[in-house]
Amino acid sequence: MFAPAPFLLKDTSVSQVMTQVCIALVPGIAAYAWLVGPAILVQLVIATLAALLAETAMLRIQKKPLTIFLSDGSAVVTAWLIALTFPPLAPWWLVVIGTVFAIVVAKHLYGGLGQNPFNPAMVAFAVCIVSFPALMSQWPSVGLQLPLLDQINVILGLAPRVDALSSATPLDAMKTALKLGEGMQDVPALLANQDIYGNFAGRGWEWVAIGYLLGGLWMWQRKLITWHVPVSFIGAMVLLSGGLWLFNPAQFASPLFHLLSGGAMIGAFFIATDPVSGSTTPRGKLIFGAGAGLLAYIIRVFGGYPDGVAFAVLLMNLCVPVIDLLTQPRIFGMKDADKGGQA
Amino acid sequence: MLMNLFKFKGGVKPPTNKTQSLGRPIAQAPIPSRLVVPLHQSIGGTPRPVVQAGDKVLKGQLIGEADGWISAAVHAPTSGTVVDVAMHVQPHPSGLDALCVVIEPDGKDEWIPREPVDYKALTPEQVRERLQQAGVVGLGGAVFPTHGKLTASKTVPMEEMVINGAECEPFITCDDLLMRERAEEVVRGAGIFRDLLQPKKVLIGIEDNKPEAAAAMRAAVQAVGETFEVIQVPTLYPAGGAKQLIRVLTGKEVPAAKRSTDLGVQCFNVATAYTAWRAIAHGEPVVSRLVTVTGNVHEPRNYEVLIGTPMDELLKLATPHPDTDGIVMGGPMMGFLVPDPKVPVVKATNCLIAHSDRLFPPKAPEMPCIRCGACAQACPHELQPFEMYWFSRAKNFGKTQEYHIFDCIECGCCSFVCPSRIPLVQYFRFAKSEIWAREREKNAADQAKERFEFKQLREEREKAEKAEKLAKAAAAQAAKKAAEAAAAAASGDTPAEAPGPASAETATTPAAPSAADAEKAAKLATIQAAMERAKAQREAAQPKNTEQLTPEQQRAADEIEARRVAAKLVEPVASANPANEKAE
Repeated sequence: MFAPAPFLLKDTSVSQVMTQVCIALVPGIAAYAWLVGPAILVQLVIATLAALLAETAMLRIQKKPLTIFLSDGSAVVTAWLIALTFPPLAPWWLVVIGTVFAIVVAKHLYGGLGQNPFNPAMVAFAVCIVSFPALMSQWPSVGLQLPLLDQINVILGLAPRVDALSSATPLDAMKTALKLGEGMQDVPALLANQDIYGNFAGRGWEWVAIGYLLGGLWMWQRKLITWHVPVSFIGAMVLLSGGLWLFNPAQFASPLFHLLSGGAMIGAFFIATDPVSGSTTPRGKLIFGAGAGLLAYIIRVFGGYPDGVAFAVLLMNLCVPVIDLLTQPRIFGMKDADKGGQA
Repeated sequence: MLMNLFKFKGGVKPPTNKTQSLGRPIAQAPIPSRLVVPLHQSIGGTPRPVVQAGDKVLKGQLIGEADGWISAAVHAPTSGTVVDVAMHVQPHPSGLDALCVVIEPDGKDEWIPREPVDYKALTPEQVRERLQQAGVVGLGGAVFPTHGKLTASKTVPMEEMVINGAECEPFITCDDLLMRERAEEVVRGAGIFRDLLQPKKVLIGIEDNKPEAAAAMRAAVQAVGETFEVIQVPTLYPAGGAKQLIRVLTGKEVPAAKRSTDLGVQCFNVATAYTAWRAIAHGEPVVSRLVTVTGNVHEPRNYEVLIGTPMDELLKLATPHPDTDGIVMGGPMMGFLVPDPKVPVVKATNCLIAHSDRLFPPKAPEMPCIRCGACAQACPHELQPFEMYWFSRAKNFGKTQEYHIFDCIECGCCSFVCPSRIPLVQYFRFAKSEIWAREREKNAADQAKERFEFKQLREEREKAEKAEKLAKAAAAQAAKKAAEAAAAAASGDTPAEAPGPASAETATTPAAPSAADAEKAAKLATIQAAMERAKAQREAAQPKNTEQLTPEQQRAADEIEARRVAAKLVEPVASANPANEKAE
């Protein structure tokens, strides 16, 4: 028997959607590999392999068709987001643990594709930063001139983890310095440190963030994402950071610094926009994005972790069912008030 | 004539595939070897057949009489002989049979005497009745009897009348060609509707991918001397949905719970206007319609087709490709595969598409929903299809209604854009039909319950009446027996043993000493016998007579019971009002 109408279908599929998300990550990845170090490419490969293996195992156990679900690309997107948010020289097993946890626990134990209430990549980040705080906080200084082969050896555990590998992220460095300085340090002076900071934020990293921004704009143009989440995420972060910055520019960094630091851009365009774990209604997306932006700022500036995007997104994931329920849009023909009587 | 157009949200832009069938003018399809004319071709009552096998019929002769106001007559599409009035498979996805009149054409195509009238000389009621008698129904696909839409609301003034020439479904071009070739009659038909409804404005909406049709309509409006506005609307599926076109042209949104007339708008298809004019001004009932024959065929084209023509015969005219494996009736977005290629063309048939896997590749396997929301963005009614999908799947039908499933017009936009290839519309149809089925069941159950409760009430009333009778009879019997016993006792010298109206004290001792033992024994035997009989009687009467007594009956029974107890005819415990225990 034939399938029912519509007989015409748009040329689209889950794997096309996921492939386009991966393509949108490419500018950020390119900047990352160029400015921070090509080791990230190795991490991407490790994470991808781990994700596909974990996905295969979980599909086997559930007796789901392998080819359809392996080729949907969702595991690859998760893997890439994990690799891009973990320290670039993190040991291979840390990336593998994060990825396997994301695929097995955060995705498949909740029912697989489309069923996970939490963003799997952010679950991986949260699990690892809680379990391995030291390793998750060791970021190489951007000026590190270590040959690629040596970097790979570090990742694979074949070379010792030297001191140069364990500096803080620019965001973390700023927070720590301000905290230790107890009001004696001021932001402009810290930003003058050309070893860590570039034109707007972390040296090198700022361009990675701009790469994500470009990829995100491309996704918006391709209608893979709507404007709601990125705009409200960025807007909320700018409002809060801008307010505090205007109030005390010596102790609070500028909105631009915050937008181009840490996970703000990848979070706004690639993580908070995850449709499965995010809000789906237009107003819900605005609330979700704004909540994630605010929480990310609060955690990264006042909290104990180097960045706040992961926890912010996870906390907002928790609120999604309620947000969606309370923000159902008015439907065609029922916009002017409730006199229609149909509830 | 610049006009401010409104937008509806959502919508999709599937490839239109219209040019294929636009190349040549409308052709007259030949009279087929047999015509199978279903009687039920419109919404509403099923017309009653007024012919039988063997009858000769002329073209346009009534064969099915409208049943009720919302129903439209059916006519013989050509002259010939009725060979059968029987059940035949219908062009409906269900594949169910329905009553059809089968006509063998004589080839003469001989009309009944046609009576053109000047409708302006008729009252509005007469015009509506004529349209009903001529079988004029909405030819856009919904086939609602047109006369039923031609009465203006008494409370809301009619502001706009919309004539729908949008034809937004891909592949279909029959309205386009109708407007190009017969624009004047469409405009005149719209004039009839206008005169009946008296709207302030008449707006003719045509998608902007049909400039020739729009030009022809504009010219016709001018030629006829009307003031209708011909408006080109952006090509965006489903702009031809009545509610969408009303929104685009007037800015008004008609919710599912309301009729458009409640908002002062009414909408008709161009082909409906055309048939209305033919019916009134030429006396020709609806016996044919324009059908686009396209898809997997060599020569796509529009045909004027007699109602009842078997679809496979019509399709042959366009020479289908050999890999054709089915016929879709309607467009590719909302149409359906007919259950049998021989099903007849009906008034709702605007298009036949020869189906093949080359034309419509088989769908990829269904994936889980990733909540991407593409469906919600595409939905012209601004619903949340993915939410309705979750709840339809879970058979949580109450929730589907909370998400307004009955506002879904099943346009197929959500299925069209879904990257997971979920046949969303199917889920919604399923949910809707389940909800209807449950409502029917519930109604049936409610009625049954009502009947049952009434029956119970009646039975109880009857029981109570019977119990009253029995109680009276039993009391009388007991009194009689007691009197007999008393009489028997009175014949000796012992005081009465049996109960009397005021004998509670006197009846305590069963027997008194007497002179003759034999006499005593005889008396005792008599008394005992009387007691036995009374007891047996009480037991016989008791189970039936104590339910649902009126207070008076209860009091009477209690009194009798008290006397019996006093007379030691029964044990006191057994007399405790059993009706209460039995009450359910």
